Amino acid sequence: MKIRAQIAMVLNLDKCIGCHTCSVTCKNVWTSREGMEYAWFNNVETKPGIGYPKDWENQKRWNGGWVRKKNGKIEPRIGSKWRVLANIFANPDLPEIDDYYEPFTFDYEHLQKSPEMTAMPTARPRSLISGERMEKIEWGPNWEEILGGEFAKRSKDYNFEGVQKEMYGQFENTFMMYLPRLCEHCLNPTCVAACPSGAIYKREEDGIVLIDQDKCRGWRMCVSGCPYKKIYYNWSTGKSEKCIFCYPRIEAGQPTVCSETCVGRIRYLGVVLYDADRIEEAASTPDEQDLYEAQLGVFLNPHDPAIIEQARRDGIAENWLEGARRSPVYKMAMEWKVAFPLHPEYRTLPMVWYVPPLSPIQSAAAAGKIGHDGEMPDVRSLRIPLKYLANMLTAGKEEPVALGLERMLAMRAYMRAKTVDGLIDEKIAQRVGLTGAAIEDMYKYMAIANYEDRFVIPTSHRETTEDALELRGSCGFSFGNGCATGATETNLFGSPKRAKNPMEIV
Amino acid sequence: MRDLITYIVFGWYPYLCLTVFLLGSWVRFDREQYTWRSGSSQLLRRRQLSWGSNLFHVGILVIFLGHFVGLLTPIVVFDTLGISHTFKQWLAIVAGGVAGVMCFVGITLLVHRRLFDARIRTTSSFGDIAILLLLYAQLVLGLGTIFVSLNHLDGHEMVKFMTWAQGILTLQPGVSALIADVHPIFKAHLFLGMTIFLVFPFTRLVHVWSAPVWYLGRRGYQIVRSQGRRGPPAASSQSRGPARTVPAEYPR
Repeated sequence: MKIRAQIAMVLNLDKCIGCHTCSVTCKNVWTSREGMEYAWFNNVETKPGIGYPKDWENQKRWNGGWVRKKNGKIEPRIGSKWRVLANIFANPDLPEIDDYYEPFTFDYEHLQKSPEMTAMPTARPRSLISGERMEKIEWGPNWEEILGGEFAKRSKDYNFEGVQKEMYGQFENTFMMYLPRLCEHCLNPTCVAACPSGAIYKREEDGIVLIDQDKCRGWRMCVSGCPYKKIYYNWSTGKSEKCIFCYPRIEAGQPTVCSETCVGRIRYLGVVLYDADRIEEAASTPDEQDLYEAQLGVFLNPHDPAIIEQARRDGIAENWLEGARRSPVYKMAMEWKVAFPLHPEYRTLPMVWYVPPLSPIQSAAAAGKIGHDGEMPDVRSLRIPLKYLANMLTAGKEEPVALGLERMLAMRAYMRAKTVDGLIDEKIAQRVGLTGAAIEDMYKYMAIANYEDRFVIPTSHRETTEDALELRGSCGFSFGNGCATGATETNLFGSPKRAKNPMEIV
Repeated sequence: MRDLITYIVFGWYPYLCLTVFLLGSWVRFDREQYTWRSGSSQLLRRRQLSWGSNLFHVGILVIFLGHFVGLLTPIVVFDTLGISHTFKQWLAIVAGGVAGVMCFVGITLLVHRRLFDARIRTTSSFGDIAILLLLYAQLVLGLGTIFVSLNHLDGHEMVKFMTWAQGILTLQPGVSALIADVHPIFKAHLFLGMTIFLVFPFTRLVHVWSAPVWYLGRRGYQIVRSQGRRGPPAASSQSRGPARTVPAEYPR
């Protein structure tokens, strides 16, 4: 057993209002630069829809993630190592920028400078790549916002697999949900595996997956390898970039920008302990529908004295063990089992998990045609088809998602009874396999969602690895080549290599 | 006067080019690795790139390998192996011709795409366009030499170039005299070839150094980096370890 710790995230989709604050704050901090205008480390999609880039979930088209071979071993779906190298001159699985969208600005100046005309002047779009006029904007990071566009196109959504989808095109049966997406910081990342340069790595101390910008050569295999399409090729610098999980903030014990600014308070950050020696076995699980449980099997119980002892031996600091015991992520994923990984069938063991959204009971149920399960409605009569959620979160296995939804409904029923009727009804809790105390705890974390409960982030221990004296006088965090933009300075040789910013280890 | 020019261009210039090539690459790798990249524009436009880039790269790799082995292998090796000069000349013409035509088709597509596709043109630097046109010119010259070579199939001109290249690399600038009376198209091809070495470190060509063949030998798939440890917490006495790259044991 080799215990490692990771800062993982949970997003409670039941509370996401689709305001895009996470996307915009992330954009402003990290990707408002030339070459990255089209890239959104965090974007919010309206489902059902094919998303951004187009059809990203369909790995028959993009070949992201892993595939299990007949001999039980897994390899990237884009191919074995020699196949990756054979495709290096022209990568057949790389999206074109139009699959994301061509970035644009508007001719704002025209509004000020236009001569007197009979029609109001307008600001028309102009490409940020070629500088040419764009007659029509075709796609974007949230193009299908609030069910925008035709159902015929949106219903190509991969999660409709095995769902009789035609009825959901009708107004009275339609449904929608929001899906904020960012890098999953997987335990078994395909981007790392697909990088021929070895520039992408997972940090041992907190599990954050980063691209070494000096070592990246722009072979762009990571873009294809990542099934979530969360690695972006910067066409200006010729390097790939990705969500860095705001690691300068995480190291200081602060939540990521997307989490900090989430007005719906849907995001949770906390430590999860896992057994690195079990990753390969879990990712190679034969049946895709067992991958969710297999990943749960990789996580370790931070309250178990034997685990704590082994974690100490593996060099995990005391404040991280304390963080793991108080981790909201562990509670939701492991104790209450209300959070699920996004598309576990990609076999990457993602570490950003989602609480599925409840939805109104369909009119048929409300009219009494569909029975209630005791005091609670049957989750199969919720407006968002259970199968749809299961396709998204558990490779199509409905039972775990159903239980998660039932527990959330039970939480509502229990708390309603308590606050409205003044009644503590343990039966409600027992029916979903919980206790009243556990439900009260769930309520505290998921409904009240105080800041200190949502974000339990132990600070990192840089003091053990860096010499602060050497960082004195260096520039702060910057992109690329330290303080420089890439233009060479006169000093070619003679000065010792030193850290260009406080995040770098020389 | 002509002798002096020949001596400068084929006796001294190669050393200038090789020095800048090696030192320039080293300095750029050491100081400006952030700028060290292949510079792919596939994201912006896939059209013409799949065919163009594959044909170009396969063609130019064959050509490069052909030049490398053909020019730098001592002629005694061929003689010992019983490969006649005529046969070697034919081999160079046929193999080089096929690869050259492949490369030509590929680079024509790439040049067209780079010059006439608005997206690619606007996002290209001067260097991107210049090096592509330089390679294009060099390839055309190289293909042009085939027709000249057909006039001397006994390979005696070829042996001159081999002797010259090996002489230069063994620090005998005097061998430039051999080049004095060859066909001008060869001279142009040689000069441009050396110039490509000269500008190499200042263009995207540096990605050639980084051909990721080591990927095939990577143990497993995953890479985990641990922070180097210093000071008391760890048992290790290593004072300030570099960031170690540890290929993990999973999955193979």
